[in-house]
Amino acid sequence: MTTDSVEAIKRHPLYGELVCKRKFFSYNLTLLMLAIYFGFILTVAFNKQVLAIPLSPGSVTTVGIPVGIAVIVSAFVLTGIYVYRANGEFDRLTKAIREDLQ
Amino acid sequence: MKRLAPWGLLLALLTPFVLVAAPAITGAAQKQPLNVTAVIMFLVFVAATLGITYWASKRTRTAREFYTAGGGITGFQNGLAIAGDYMSAASFLGISGLVFASGYDGLIYSIGWLVGWPIIMFLIAEQIRNLGKFTFADVTSYRFGQTQIRTMAAISSLVVVAFYLIAQMVGAGTLIQLLFGLDYWLAVVIVGVLMMTYVIFGGMTATTWVQIIKATLLLAGATFMALAALAHFGFSPEEMFRQATEHNAKGLAIMGPGALIKDPINAISLGLALMFGTAGLPHILMRFFTVPNAKEARKSVFYATGFIGYFYILTFIIGFSAITLLAQNPDFFKPDALVNGVVQNPAGLIGGTNMVAIKLAEAVGGNLFLGFISAVAFATILAVVSGLTLAGASAISHDLYASVIAKGRVNEATELKVSRYATFGLGIVAIGLGIAFQKQNVAFMVGLAFAIAASANFPVLVASIFWGRMTTRGAFIGGFAGLITALVLTIMSKAVWGDTLGNLGADGKPVGLIGLDNPAIISIPVAFICIWLFSRLDNSDRAKSEIAMFEAQKVRCETGIGAEGASGH
Repeated sequence: MTTDSVEAIKRHPLYGELVCKRKFFSYNLTLLMLAIYFGFILTVAFNKQVLAIPLSPGSVTTVGIPVGIAVIVSAFVLTGIYVYRANGEFDRLTKAIREDLQ
Repeated sequence: MKRLAPWGLLLALLTPFVLVAAPAITGAAQKQPLNVTAVIMFLVFVAATLGITYWASKRTRTAREFYTAGGGITGFQNGLAIAGDYMSAASFLGISGLVFASGYDGLIYSIGWLVGWPIIMFLIAEQIRNLGKFTFADVTSYRFGQTQIRTMAAISSLVVVAFYLIAQMVGAGTLIQLLFGLDYWLAVVIVGVLMMTYVIFGGMTATTWVQIIKATLLLAGATFMALAALAHFGFSPEEMFRQATEHNAKGLAIMGPGALIKDPINAISLGLALMFGTAGLPHILMRFFTVPNAKEARKSVFYATGFIGYFYILTFIIGFSAITLLAQNPDFFKPDALVNGVVQNPAGLIGGTNMVAIKLAEAVGGNLFLGFISAVAFATILAVVSGLTLAGASAISHDLYASVIAKGRVNEATELKVSRYATFGLGIVAIGLGIAFQKQNVAFMVGLAFAIAASANFPVLVASIFWGRMTTRGAFIGGFAGLITALVLTIMSKAVWGDTLGNLGADGKPVGLIGLDNPAIISIPVAFICIWLFSRLDNSDRAKSEIAMFEAQKVRCETGIGAEGASGH
């Protein structure tokens, strides 16, 4: 890529918008995943009996089972949310920048 | 049956050798009689994959085809292949065994292995697709001194691949001995030879399709097993859990966290290694170059996360239902391990707790399904080691040979030839190390591979993508600081210092020099601090031009304009 085209892309108004939006989005999702996972691990480390409470009186299934499954599902859902927005909005912005430069 | 006769003869001739080697296998693992159904199913798999390799060899003429399958893999296919790389025999058999023995702890462990994937999605996947070509070192050396950064990346890749490969090879030998009744050394040689064949002739195309087929078989087999097991409980998880607590001597304790997490520091350290290590594994990162663009790279991670998460939920069901279903059959256990239908000692399962999924296959699906699952477990090892070998060969031929030794003045045919020699060399080394480490405790090696990936590859990769002020000097020193810290701290840990090197404490039990089981909580910050410090201190002219080049790198990273093999429309 030439220096000229780099400068042209940088000057494009949509480029700044793309960079800013993606950064905000991906950093926040990263923090959310870290919070979910380390929240879970620290609960196990510091207060594990919470996860061993039965779901309802008399049941064998504990709170920990749906919580654990929820952590797994949240990882999948968060990647899905990212793909949905990146393959939609972000790719539209990128496409618009490319077309303007041609 | 006739075809098996020469094999029997070969085994008989080698018996003296086998007898010498036999005590090495851990107490629980005894050689099983030859499992004919499993061998036939495995031979069908081998025949099919060799057919694919032959087909792939015709489309593997250029370096791009060898390293990246020509960039024509779709996001869905790549998602399956990535999931296949990650769903190793160790995670299938190991986690279901852990759930069987400890219940809920198995779930905590598998969650750790999954949560690295969103991080890859948000910070790594599309970025390396846009910036790289064949290896992740293309990304870390994009604007930096090729020689230093490629050397560093290639060494840390090879170290990660070596430890991972040894662990897989030793696991393969022990497992195949159990499943098929083959000798340890023969199992290691078969795995080594097949993996060299796939990679040398079929390159990434064959490696990817072998992985896709295996992932499909494994997911289908595990789904069937979990459903067949749940059917015994009227498809009620509550009923499955209730009966499990009645058939395990630990009772209700298996329904909550147990002894897996000892203290917060070790818990966080292991969590960091698993989470960020995944994002630094060379054989995973190279898969992002097999898809045509960033959009497909994102889809790959999405599908991979889904498949892996689903798979871990299946292993959880398999492990839990196995407590009740295996307890019905005293033949599965050693005397005293099962008393009045209650599992007293999970390790008393014949063959060890790694055999839980295999025994459950027999319990719910008879001998035919047992053969199928055994063959799938063998195929799993084969596919994973092929991916690892290809990643190691790429580090040697593309990073060390083409970029460092030949300084980029190399034609593609030569590089391709070097990568094939490198594959052959790695295959021989893997077979040799697999046999040499048979008697060693290799349990720490996968953890070490993750710790090094998290402490050397991941910090350099992330800083090169997101931090414009990084310089060659910072990346070089930071990467090696992370690598060496992870290595040294692991040697000082109980698993190596005590269990492997045999240093005993005052009480006669193995001890470590430090109380940390996984080095990540120290080695990851060490790497980042060194990258920051030595980049800041670097005022050379080269550093200034490297910093100036960041803008161009960022534009390409964000927009994909100028990316390798990207379609321009």
